[in-house]
Amino acid sequence: MPRLIDRLSIWVTILRISLEERLVYRGDFALGTLMRFLPIITQIFLWWAIFQSINPTQPEKATLVGYTFPDMVAYYLLTMLGRAFSSMPGLASNIARQIREGEIKRFLVQPVDLIGYLLLSRVAHKLAYYSVATLPFALVFFLCRSFFTDGFPSGMQFLAFILSLLMSFVLGFFLEACIGLAGFWFMEISSLLFVYMLFSFFLSGHMFPLDILPEPWLSIVQYLPLKYLAYFPAAVFLGKVQGAQLWLDMAVLFGWTIGFMVLSRYLYSAGLRRYSGYGG
Amino acid sequence: MEDELERNLVEQTPTMKHPSYLKVWLTFARNSLIREMTFRTNFFLDCLSSTCWTLMNIGFYVLIFQHTDSIGLESGWRKPEFFIFLGTTWIINAIIQAFLMPNAEEFSELIRTGGLDFALLKPIDTQFLVSFRKIHWSALSNLVVGCMLLAYALQTLPWRSSPEWHFSWYTVPLYLLFVGCGVVMLYSLMMCLAATSIWLGRNQSLYDFWFYITNFSRYPSDIYRPGWGLPLWTVFTFIIPVLVVINVPARVLAQPVVPMANQDWWIACFAIVATVIAWFASRWVFKRALLSYRSASS
Repeated sequence: MPRLIDRLSIWVTILRISLEERLVYRGDFALGTLMRFLPIITQIFLWWAIFQSINPTQPEKATLVGYTFPDMVAYYLLTMLGRAFSSMPGLASNIARQIREGEIKRFLVQPVDLIGYLLLSRVAHKLAYYSVATLPFALVFFLCRSFFTDGFPSGMQFLAFILSLLMSFVLGFFLEACIGLAGFWFMEISSLLFVYMLFSFFLSGHMFPLDILPEPWLSIVQYLPLKYLAYFPAAVFLGKVQGAQLWLDMAVLFGWTIGFMVLSRYLYSAGLRRYSGYGG
Repeated sequence: MEDELERNLVEQTPTMKHPSYLKVWLTFARNSLIREMTFRTNFFLDCLSSTCWTLMNIGFYVLIFQHTDSIGLESGWRKPEFFIFLGTTWIINAIIQAFLMPNAEEFSELIRTGGLDFALLKPIDTQFLVSFRKIHWSALSNLVVGCMLLAYALQTLPWRSSPEWHFSWYTVPLYLLFVGCGVVMLYSLMMCLAATSIWLGRNQSLYDFWFYITNFSRYPSDIYRPGWGLPLWTVFTFIIPVLVVINVPARVLAQPVVPMANQDWWIACFAIVATVIAWFASRWVFKRALLSYRSASS
């Protein structure tokens, strides 16, 4: 029993230190977040031009794969929110660097688990991020409220949205951790990481709603975990996924999350067996 | 023999005073190529990955054109015209990323570490030295992609029925001129941004800011015209002229005579004026910034 309490206190300390570390540059942070919405402005104009040419007389009524113009803008705003949960800047490259430079030795000696430590510091990072970014996010969503034509989703739908956001955080973490842990086998993972980023940018729905993909891509994307990182939470909020399909998708998301969690554990222990650390 | 030596010396003396800028630049180019060729596999991987990135970006527009036949109502940006626009975007982008971006990034680092001292001591123009020292050769792979896209789009244009596509002897030189103007404008903007790191000590968000500003230039300027985009269009055309960078050359090549032809020529003339102003502005900002430079070393 005392062991559990000791562990808990370690975790709390890690969380607190990382949180303080992250809150040092608040102003820069908030400004940076606000700047990140600038590309949305060009997206709004681009899509307006596209919808205008689809239906010249009534662009507001035109639809593209089930999205009206306000839906499209709302979609982009929501994926920004999704990415704020699921993106893990620097995680994989950091793990690979620790493996390459032997810094990982410290986790073999100290009573702290590498993946647990990284997860906690990432949680702290995200908490710090939200505590600062909530304001710019709220401001932008308030300014853009007219694009959410269906209003606020129902209670159940909103619950599913929050759940999907939280799970997308965990999925994103373990997915990138697995890529980083591949560093036990390859010295340099930057090309692997680039390929992952490339596919995740285009197939997670960050760049466009996945519905506009033609077959067979549309079906392929449905079976990849990437769509849960940006497309899925936004689609849930906009009511694109309903009823049984919603809960099926939630179950699949849960499955992917557990799958990558187990895989990262396996990679870590298998990697440590290969690993040899020299020197101090 | 001695005569020859003497003559050589006499001939060389003036070049010692005024280094040939072309020769110096060629040496920079050679050095960078040697550096990149040391890790050849890495070079090819870099080329491959930036090409993939470009192709995926183009894929997005291919998808869009599955659902619509033009971007904007009667704007003339149909698929072939828009692909000329995209090709131009990637050509200008590749030039910037190959020749200027690595230097702008290093410039802030030079200021922070005090390495700029060495650049100031060299008997050559400092702005030239810091802005052309490195060349990122692998970024030029996007130039190839851009040219291929241009070629693909151009071969469909002569069959365009309305409005008819006019091609005259001055189209290509004009296109190249405006691409050059675009590069100079972006270079000047980048230099101004980089020079701010002399005042700020370190400019970490330089690249971010650059990305967000140039992001506006990647779309046809017509899309900003309706509604509340007009102030945006005005600012990014006349104050920070990023909108003319790609739009003017792409328009010259893709739709020389469409509606608003007169206005197009005005904007084209403006592009040249803006280039000259931007160039002198960057020169001025750079010199002002150098005056405030305090070395970082002991």
